[in-house]
Amino acid sequence: MSWFIRKEKGINTPTEMKREAPDGLWYQCPNCKKVMHTREHKMNAYTCVHCNYHEKIGSTEYFALLFDDNLFTELDANMTSADPLHFVDTKAYPERVKSTIGKTGLKDAVRSGYGKMNDLEVTIACMDFNFIGGSMGSVVGEKIARAIDHSLKTRTPFLMISRSGGARMMEAGFSLMQMAKTSAKLALLSEARIPYVSLLTDPTTGGVTASFAMQGDFNIAEPGALIGFAGPRVIRETIGKNLPEGFQSAEFVLEHGFLDFIVDRKDLKDKVTSLFRMLE
Amino acid sequence: MRTYLDFERPIADLEARLVEMKKLAESSNVDVSEAVASLEVSISKLRKEIFENLTRWQRVQLSRHPDRPYTLDYISLMCDQFIELHGDRAVRDDPAMVGGFAELGGQTVMILGTQKGRNTKQRQQRNFGMANPEGYRKALRLMKLAEKFNKPIITMIDTPGAFPGLEAEERGQGEAIARNLKEMFSLKVPVICIIIGEGASGGALGIAIGDRVLMLENTWYSVISPENCSTILWRSWDYKEQAAEAMKLSARDMEKYGLVDGIVEEPVGGAHADHAEMARHMKEVILHTLEELNRLSPEERVSQRIDKFCSMGVVVE
Repeated sequence: MSWFIRKEKGINTPTEMKREAPDGLWYQCPNCKKVMHTREHKMNAYTCVHCNYHEKIGSTEYFALLFDDNLFTELDANMTSADPLHFVDTKAYPERVKSTIGKTGLKDAVRSGYGKMNDLEVTIACMDFNFIGGSMGSVVGEKIARAIDHSLKTRTPFLMISRSGGARMMEAGFSLMQMAKTSAKLALLSEARIPYVSLLTDPTTGGVTASFAMQGDFNIAEPGALIGFAGPRVIRETIGKNLPEGFQSAEFVLEHGFLDFIVDRKDLKDKVTSLFRMLE
Repeated sequence: MRTYLDFERPIADLEARLVEMKKLAESSNVDVSEAVASLEVSISKLRKEIFENLTRWQRVQLSRHPDRPYTLDYISLMCDQFIELHGDRAVRDDPAMVGGFAELGGQTVMILGTQKGRNTKQRQQRNFGMANPEGYRKALRLMKLAEKFNKPIITMIDTPGAFPGLEAEERGQGEAIARNLKEMFSLKVPVICIIIGEGASGGALGIAIGDRVLMLENTWYSVISPENCSTILWRSWDYKEQAAEAMKLSARDMEKYGLVDGIVEEPVGGAHADHAEMARHMKEVILHTLEELNRLSPEERVSQRIDKFCSMGVVVE
């Protein structure tokens, strides 16, 4: 097997001869493992050019994709979590929030704003999964409630982009009541006949699915997104069997009648605008 | 046979002694009435002492006491007549959610709630009080029916959560609960919700949007059970006591934070110690609360209900 043996030991290429390949220039799709240019991936709305896998993205990316020229006015940008219960598990809750703010640069798990989408005034709230699993505490509930208030006041359609593991345990009872609060505001929005589109992205589970994410006039989802009330692990433990292939995927949920349609992220802006325009 | 919880052990021991003493008196003709009386006094003193200083976890244990009254027990103890109604008109009847029209203190009300079973067979039939989507849809159907005929709604909550099963997901557990939350905000009739045992998460909230949300003294209401909270945050089942403390899930806590409107006292020793007294007091509270709510117009009730839940939450700006 002599052809495997190096003739010369060590790396001999001089630094100036090495190819320039800065970090982040290439993106490897976690689904099909194929590689593409980061820029190409971004231009493709962060979906894989080979297999159409929808990469998980946050509010910054969605706002850039949806608001014309990325121009929007952010609502309640500085709202952060309090610690009403003085909650301590393996870490004190305020510390956990502080370190997450440091790590992510986000204030909490949702951002909201208003601006133009294909020239149509809209209000959008979008969750960030990076912030403690996109969990819903008082800040998430309050910011969504106020975004709906803004929608009501200006009579602009409301788009909610959900991505969340559910309620935030560190706010216990308070976080549970955010399901009620957001539902109350959506009942008012409904009564005012202002359209509400709920986009469910990967993953949307727990208390978020069981409140505002499933209360849209139109419930839509990104392809392949995991959508459910109970998480797959919990269900597996309950029934003591493996779950069928594709269980709780957006396609499964569509088939069972709980989604209006699945939308490719590249078509999201135009399709949602068309829908809102048809209702004007 | 009564079931005693760990912390009730000292009471159980004294009660056993009392029984023995009485037996002895019968067989030997010795007068023990004085000793019996003094033992009875110390039992009631001890019981009071123990029940005044319960930890949050002990209240969780009480909320799950196998002898506690369940929804149908309250209905039969409080109401003169009850016509149970079944089915969601789409899939099937969910035995974990019961309800129907009842006569309560001379008026017709809609009473519905989650239902647990008393023995193994019943527990299975009632799915341990965990409703499926059709249960939530049945509840909504009954609530709409009550609204149509202008009858107030009483809901009773005692559930370890909405059922996390395969079929439940297929039939839209999340959607069913979400719909109830939204619809309950626009109900024009008075709505009173009472946590009578366990109030776990969305499965409880799904029938707990009311003008008044009350908790029995020894119940809990939160976003997750202490066991599951412990498993997720501490990665072990063993921190359930700590989780219960951290979550502040007792009736007193929830009232203090303004997340529920009031507490319904239980007899000393807990609701299971005296079903009749518990039901009598609950009936009194319900009738009194209904009287209060009837003074408001439907519009006032709806807007106050919405405002109340919208004010819940603490943030820093």
